[in-house]
Amino acid sequence: MIELQHVRKSYDDGTSWAVADTSFTVEEGELLGLIGESGCGKTTTLKMINRLEEPSSGLISIAGKNVMERNPQELRRNIGYVFQGIGLFPHYSVAENVAAVPRLLQWDETRIRQRCQETLDMVGLPLEEYGERLPSQMSGGQQQRVGVARALAAQPDVILMDEPFGALDPVTRAELQEEFKRIQATLNLTVIMVTHDMTEALLMADRIAVMKGGEVLQIGTPYELLNEPAHDYVQEIVEMPRQRADRLEKLLHRSAS
Amino acid sequence: MSENLREQLLLLPDYFQGHLTLTLIAMSLGVAVSIPLGVWAAQSNRVKGPLLTVVSIIQTIPSVAILALVVALLGGRIGLVPAITALVLYSMLPIVRNTVTGLESVTDDVVEAARGIGMSSRQILLQVRIPLALPVIIAGIRTAMVWTVGLATLSTLVGATSFGNFIFSGLQTRNLVAVTVGSVAAAAMAVILDAIIGGIQWLAENRVVQVDEKRFRRVRNAVMTALILCGGFIIYSLLPEEEVDFVVGGKGFTEQYIIAGLVAAELEGAGFSTEQRLGMGTDVVYEATASNSVDVYLEYSGTVWSNQMLREDNPGRETIMAEVNDYIARTDNLTNGSRLGFQNLYALAMRRDRAAEMGISSISDLRPYAADMVAGGDLEFFSRPEWLQLRDTYNIDFGEKLTFDTTLMYSAVNEGQVDIISAYTTDGRVAAFDLLILEDPEGALPPYDGFLAVSSEAAMNPGFMAVVGNLERKISDVAMRQANRMVDVDGRPVSEAVAYLQTFLD
Ligand SMILES: Nc1ncnc2c1ncn2[C@@H]1O[C@H](COP(=O)(O)OP(=O)(O)OP(=O)(O)O)[C@@H](O)[C@H]1O
Ligand SMILES: [Mg+2]
Repeated sequence: MIELQHVRKSYDDGTSWAVADTSFTVEEGELLGLIGESGCGKTTTLKMINRLEEPSSGLISIAGKNVMERNPQELRRNIGYVFQGIGLFPHYSVAENVAAVPRLLQWDETRIRQRCQETLDMVGLPLEEYGERLPSQMSGGQQQRVGVARALAAQPDVILMDEPFGALDPVTRAELQEEFKRIQATLNLTVIMVTHDMTEALLMADRIAVMKGGEVLQIGTPYELLNEPAHDYVQEIVEMPRQRADRLEKLLHRSAS
Repeated sequence: MSENLREQLLLLPDYFQGHLTLTLIAMSLGVAVSIPLGVWAAQSNRVKGPLLTVVSIIQTIPSVAILALVVALLGGRIGLVPAITALVLYSMLPIVRNTVTGLESVTDDVVEAARGIGMSSRQILLQVRIPLALPVIIAGIRTAMVWTVGLATLSTLVGATSFGNFIFSGLQTRNLVAVTVGSVAAAAMAVILDAIIGGIQWLAENRVVQVDEKRFRRVRNAVMTALILCGGFIIYSLLPEEEVDFVVGGKGFTEQYIIAGLVAAELEGAGFSTEQRLGMGTDVVYEATASNSVDVYLEYSGTVWSNQMLREDNPGRETIMAEVNDYIARTDNLTNGSRLGFQNLYALAMRRDRAAEMGISSISDLRPYAADMVAGGDLEFFSRPEWLQLRDTYNIDFGEKLTFDTTLMYSAVNEGQVDIISAYTTDGRVAAFDLLILEDPEGALPPYDGFLAVSSEAAMNPGFMAVVGNLERKISDVAMRQANRMVDVDGRPVSEAVAYLQTFLD
């Protein structure tokens, strides 16, 4: 569904590479986790897919069509995007934020209203209670959920998410992860999800791409990464959840005895 | 209620209409021009720097100068058009600057999100950047509105009616009630218009989250009503007015107010309708008459001699009058309707006791003292050719030169704050304050015969010319000084001085 071939991106005319020679494919209905340390090029990769940034070289296509040949506005309206900085419109109410893309696509008002209700319910913020609020009247986590609802609103086939659950408390986060995974599977959505949280990636992603310094070190299923890490760095980060679980286990034992 | 206050309040509706019309039209145009310019500047750094520089420079030009420049550029046209043009130019800086600042303050995050969900640049501008910049833009409009209401008072100088008519005529005729009425009215208008824009701003901010729905609706209804009223008002005041037969013009000092009142009263007596446009600057009223915007006003031979003809010699009173008549007819198609008889000379005057102390009786006696003296001039004097002529002929220059409104200038010399002033020989205050007029042995100052300058259109009307001609040589120096004194010193209304002068006509 989404295919990157030898994509490179430099913000400084080739002195350094934010993304260096990256190729991968995301199949239709697949959720790809994108993980890696800060500044390794994850956001840049997502932005190139919906043309918020243009690649310096290489080819990106969605459903077999080169994105550079599509009208950028039409392309973006058909891709859900959850921004790393949330990026809600501060002068729009929650409902208006969610309705933004359907409005651009000129849906009729009843359909828009119904869709707002559905998506806001999905993220646990009922329209009746939260619809009229301004983003500034919501907590950080609530705002993030509105961002997810906005990305889902226009029923896109492809969704790009940049740390969509970062600001949530563990309970809401787990709920939303499960809820999202369920929606994604039901609607057969193609998703790329950037995350810093290996546990989240392991639990939600069909496959995980590990990036470092602008390059994809390894891409594979959680099982493959756990059992055949191709790199020390990959091993280090996939091991992280297990090590922490072990440490927790020990702590629990000690306090029990 | 005092008679004076009642008289002033009768003028209020007319001046109110003039002032509000000026303000509303200037602000509508100002907003319509400045916001697009600001948007343009915010998109392009190449435009932004030069544009902001230009509007800032406009702001630094003194407002009176801008008015005069606009009148000159419009070929002597007076009234609404030059006044509004100048006000629009002045309103631009705060609106343009705030539009740019407001648009630039929208964070990249939000703009990127707008792009990311598929908005076009136009949609980003109209749906995201402008709405988010709106509070800052409106703040700029509020600043501009307050300035405009204040500056509109200066429109009087180019013959547009405004609350400035109260203020300028009040200052000239020492009528503090008129000055107060004008100032209070202008302040009240500024407060009310500001409240309306404040209401719009409040509505914009509370559009989404209605704190209190009832209150929101109330404010919205009030603002809508106010806007509809303003719109209706603009349309009403732009409807063509009933044309008056003749426009009587005048500059901004007492004698001008009195003679304009006299001419208007005589014309009305002969069955013509008239309108007075007073308080204009010398060049403005001259050009307005040349272009037929004004039909008649009181001019002085010496003023035309030095200002228009740029002559510095002094061949004597009669020769100058004859050459001036010839010049105004030839170059500007103006006619001398009648020579009134009095002369209003520019002269230098001092307190009599002080002059005696220093042994001064003529301008040539000033030479050893001038460098240590403080001189006061009216708003024009030190930039007029007459002063340059005096300075060069007698080779004197004053240590300090201060500029005053004439009323304040006379009190300043009387109270010893300045040593010497530029006075007019017909001014009632010369006698009232017992000032000494210094002799001019070299004849450096040209004579100033008062005459009625008549526009080419009015000159073709025999009935008009008969009324104007009837004033020929009817008003002596003594009569004029007495009339001026009634207003300036005794605080009588202009209408009484007019009635007094009418006793000299047959
Ligand atoms: N607009 C830009 N101009 C110049 N350099 C940029 C720009 N955006 C990103 N970069 C650089 O490109 C590199 C990759 O940035 P990117 O935002 O893709 O990182 P990231 O993996 O999303 O990091 P994080 O996890 O912190 O969000 C970084 O070195 C960053 O400094
Ligand atoms: Mg990032």
